Amino acid sequence: MLDKNGIAKRIAKEVKDGYYVNLGIGIPTLVANFVRDDISVEFQSENGVLGMGPFPFEGEEDADIINAGKQTITTLPGASFFDSVTSFGMIRGQHVDLTILGAMEVAENGDIANWKIPGKMVKGMGGAMDLVASAENIIVAMMHTNRAGESKLLKKCTLPLTGVGCVKKIVTNLAVLDVTPKGFKLLERAPGISVDEIVKATEGNLIVEGDIPEMDI
Amino acid sequence: MIRKTVANVEEALEGVKDGMTFMLGGFGLCGIPENAIAALVKMGVKDLTCISNNAGVDDFGLGLLLHKRQIKKMISSYVGENDEFERQMLSGELDVELTPQGTLAEKCRAAQAGFPAFYTPAGYGTEVAEGKETREFNGKMYVLEEAFKADFSFVKAWKGDEAGNLIFKGTARNFNPAMCGAARITVAEVEELVPAGELNPNQIHVPGIFVQRIFQGKNYEKRIEQLTVRKVN
Repeated sequence: MLDKNGIAKRIAKEVKDGYYVNLGIGIPTLVANFVRDDISVEFQSENGVLGMGPFPFEGEEDADIINAGKQTITTLPGASFFDSVTSFGMIRGQHVDLTILGAMEVAENGDIANWKIPGKMVKGMGGAMDLVASAENIIVAMMHTNRAGESKLLKKCTLPLTGVGCVKKIVTNLAVLDVTPKGFKLLERAPGISVDEIVKATEGNLIVEGDIPEMDI
Repeated sequence: MIRKTVANVEEALEGVKDGMTFMLGGFGLCGIPENAIAALVKMGVKDLTCISNNAGVDDFGLGLLLHKRQIKKMISSYVGENDEFERQMLSGELDVELTPQGTLAEKCRAAQAGFPAFYTPAGYGTEVAEGKETREFNGKMYVLEEAFKADFSFVKAWKGDEAGNLIFKGTARNFNPAMCGAARITVAEVEELVPAGELNPNQIHVPGIFVQRIFQGKNYEKRIEQLTVRKVN
C-alpha cells in the first residue's frame, strides 16, 4: 500500500517534458518533489504564478509570493506573475496541460465531488470547478477508501458534484485506474496489494482484464 | 493629468453606507486592502455584501468585519481558513454565495469591461448552475453567469501614482486588477504613492482611468497564512 508520498511519486511519472501543470492542495502538491529533473515542466498556481519553485529558505520568505494553498513559495527562472482573470484564462482556455487534484468521491462515469459535505463542511470550491470543467487531462490523487473504510470510487457520487464526466485517471494508495465509458479500468496495483483487495475497496464498476502489473515506482 | 489622490483612508471611504456591496481584492491575506478594511471596521457600517475570493482569517482581513457582524452576505470561492465564517454560515446568520474562482474573477472583469454576462463551463451539472441558463457550444455545455454590480471596489497595489495608475507585486496582484473599475467607485491603497511621471507607462498594470481615489496606505502587516520554508543543507 502506498502512503501519500508514494501516490505523488507514481503521479509524477505522468508529468511529461514541456507540460504546464496545475497542482491542487494536499497530495498533489507533493508531486512537484518527484518530477524527474531531466525534463522541463512549469507549475502553475491559480492565484497567479507560473514557474513556481521550492519553498523559500528560512528568512527569505515574501508575504507577496504565495501559492494557492497560501504557502510561501519561490519562483524559478522564466517565471511570471499575473492576475486571476489571466490565470483562469490559462485554465479555461486549456493552455494548462495537466491538472492534478484531490477528491472525496469519484464516480465510474468520471464525476467528481470534492468541495462540500452538506451541513458539516463548507470550505468552497476555490478553483476546482473551473479546473475540472476545462482541463482535458485530469488526474485525481486520493486514498481509495475514506476513514470509515468505505470506497471513494463509486457508481454515483453521493456528495454535491464539482464537475461531471471529467476525471480521466485516478491514482490511489491501492491502484492506478483509468475512467472509461464502461467504468474504472484497473491498470496497476500498488506494491503488495492484490487484485482482490482492490475489487473489495471499489464500489463502482471495476474492469479487470488479464494480469495487472505492480506499479513501478 | 487627472488627479486621483485623496488625503487619507477616511476621505477615500466617503459615501460608504450601510447595505452597500463591496468588492475587495486579495487572495487569502495576500494583496488585501488592509487600510480600507480597518477603516470599515472603525466606521461600523453594517449589512454589507462583500465580494472577495476569501473571507480572511479569524482575526485579520475580512475576518475582522465578520467578527463584528458587519457582513450580511459573502460572495467567495473558498472560505476554509475562517472558523467564525463557517460557524455563521452553518448557523444561517450569514448568507453565502460560493462561486467558482475563475467565474468570480470573470464576473468582476465583466463588470469592468461592460459585459452583462458570459458563458463558462465551470459548475455545469453542479448546484452552482441551478436556476441558471445553460447552452451548448461546439458540443460542450456552458453556464450563463452575470457580471457583478457593486458600489465600491477596494484594492491594494504595490505602487501607484497621482493619476491612479497601479503596479502590483508578486501574487498580491490576484483579483485586484479585475476589480478596478468594476464598481461605481474604485478606491486603491498603495504601499508607495509617487508623483505622476515617476512610474514607467510601459510597466503599468492598471491604468488610472479605472481608479477614482488613491491614497498612501500605512502600517501594512502583510501577514503570512502558511509560513513554509526549507532548511539550508
